[in-house]
Amino acid sequence: MTQASDRLLDLTNVGKHFGGVKALADVSLHIKQGEIYGLIGPNGAGKTTLFNVVTGLYQLDSGSFDFAGQSYTRCKPHLLAQAGIARTFQNIRLFANMSALENIMVGRHLRTQTGIWGALTRNAAARAEERATVQRARELLEYVGISAAHQTLAKHLSYGEQRRLEIARALATEPKLLALDEPAAGMNATETVALKALLQKIRTSGITVLLIEHDVKLIMGLCDRVAVLDYGKKIAEGAPEEVRRDPAVIAAYLGGEAA
Amino acid sequence: MKINLNSKLFNAPIAIALLALPFIIDALFGHGWVRIADFALLYIMLALGLNIVVGYAGLLDLGYIAFFAVGAYTYALLGSPQFGLHWPMYVVLPLGALIACGFGVLLGAPTLKLRGDYLAIVTLGFGEIIRIFLNNLNAPVNITNGPQGISAIDPLQVGGFSFGGSHEWMGLRVDDVHLHYYLFLGFTLLVIFISRRLEDSRIGRAWVAIREDEVAASAMGINTRNIKLLAFAMGATFGGISGGLFAGFQGFVSPESFSLMESIMVLCMVVLGGMGNVGGVVLGGVLLVALPELFRHAAGPVQQALLGKVVVDPESLRMLMFGLALILVMLWRPAGLWPSTQRRREFNADDSVLQQEQETVYDASK
Repeated sequence: MTQASDRLLDLTNVGKHFGGVKALADVSLHIKQGEIYGLIGPNGAGKTTLFNVVTGLYQLDSGSFDFAGQSYTRCKPHLLAQAGIARTFQNIRLFANMSALENIMVGRHLRTQTGIWGALTRNAAARAEERATVQRARELLEYVGISAAHQTLAKHLSYGEQRRLEIARALATEPKLLALDEPAAGMNATETVALKALLQKIRTSGITVLLIEHDVKLIMGLCDRVAVLDYGKKIAEGAPEEVRRDPAVIAAYLGGEAA
Repeated sequence: MKINLNSKLFNAPIAIALLALPFIIDALFGHGWVRIADFALLYIMLALGLNIVVGYAGLLDLGYIAFFAVGAYTYALLGSPQFGLHWPMYVVLPLGALIACGFGVLLGAPTLKLRGDYLAIVTLGFGEIIRIFLNNLNAPVNITNGPQGISAIDPLQVGGFSFGGSHEWMGLRVDDVHLHYYLFLGFTLLVIFISRRLEDSRIGRAWVAIREDEVAASAMGINTRNIKLLAFAMGATFGGISGGLFAGFQGFVSPESFSLMESIMVLCMVVLGGMGNVGGVVLGGVLLVALPELFRHAAGPVQQALLGKVVVDPESLRMLMFGLALILVMLWRPAGLWPSTQRRREFNADDSVLQQEQETVYDASK
């Protein structure tokens, strides 16, 4: 059993329903500092709902979660971003008409403070901060491997580049936990391999990763631990190999009664 | 504060042209047109304020004229025989701006969750509420003097210097319309300066991010509530200043100056000129003030000369042409006459095809 202290995210009996549909029912799980944690399950299992709860887009109906030693039941997205949870979206939500660089600069909003006064006077502090913002944005573009595209509008980037830009924008908020919703969706095999390398690099830099993914090969090769959701319930959790052999998981994916 | 003398704002030929403009207009077209230029400046200020709300933050506000009304009535009530108060301009103008700013937040706060059409309806209602209040606040206690409006408002004056009279310097007679022109020009340049600085800043980027995708913006840690309220407050402040200047310039305010049509007019300046682009908004303001006036003056004589009599009343022809111009601009330049680069991208037809293709690819890959 792990110590509570190295748990970064700790969900306790989290429940969320939409009308009569129980999207999440009593889900408890914890994510340890520095690991890559995979969340899998059939379509409609509640993975994205769980994501939205943890990032503040949805408010949970029951239970609570702890992040970095702080307990949350209801919280706004920007405060969770402030606390250190950054995310990407399943259906890419970049600022389509801003350049790649500007997208990341928006990600820096949280860690910068120039207000009205600074913007109007452009005093030394404001100018220094703006320079640092641009500098950091360039570094992040470089980091995710799309530095050539910095002036390109987000919507003109290729699909794989958009996914990378979304990750870079999330990293700009200096997260402790990076939550990725199907980052490999729509990627070809080469792009997926490159994504895997990027995620490993991110983990090495000390950022914990929560990953929703359908690509089982990617999950198995990358994650330290995996949880499986089905109909809003956690049906298995553990190392990828254990989970793969779990009869309940096989039943959920292939149908039939759990043995 | 360091002022960059090379920046466009302080371009010397443009500065000289702007300073000489009222005299040129006066010499060529007469006094009345200088007055129209003054109004154009007031409208440009209004349009620039609305541009922050609509152009930058993407919040459609159809009741914007209410802030103009608040500024105007603040000035009127505190500087007229209505209450016998004659507070100085340098107190009343900022106060009007501050109260308008407060109303901006008041309107912004309950409408934070609304977007697009819904926000437009609520703001439209807000604009009407303010106008109807002004119309009816003459009983039981007479505050606004109702539909009669407030007259004999103090002219704009600082110390002993009044912008409302003629002055003579070194043999050069400068009339009130000229003086107001320079005063309004100063304020307009200030508003342009503020707009441009804000646009290219952390705050400006946050506004655009909210316009582009509010959910993503909040997930990136932008406090969407505060940033939206800031847009409403900034826009309303400019409206309030413009309103105060309007009251002092006119010497008379009444609720009918703040009808829905005025809100739509200001919105048209922003949309027609180019949403989100300061230059475009200024252009829109100039055109929408000058062209209708031109029509009013020219439509009668032209018909007389061509047809021998006035067939269509110039006033209705003016609205007809206005509508036509609007349709043509929207057909050929949907992003406005002089759009911001960002807005032009949004309206670019090729882009939307590209985007659709990408979305299809994505759907197929799921």
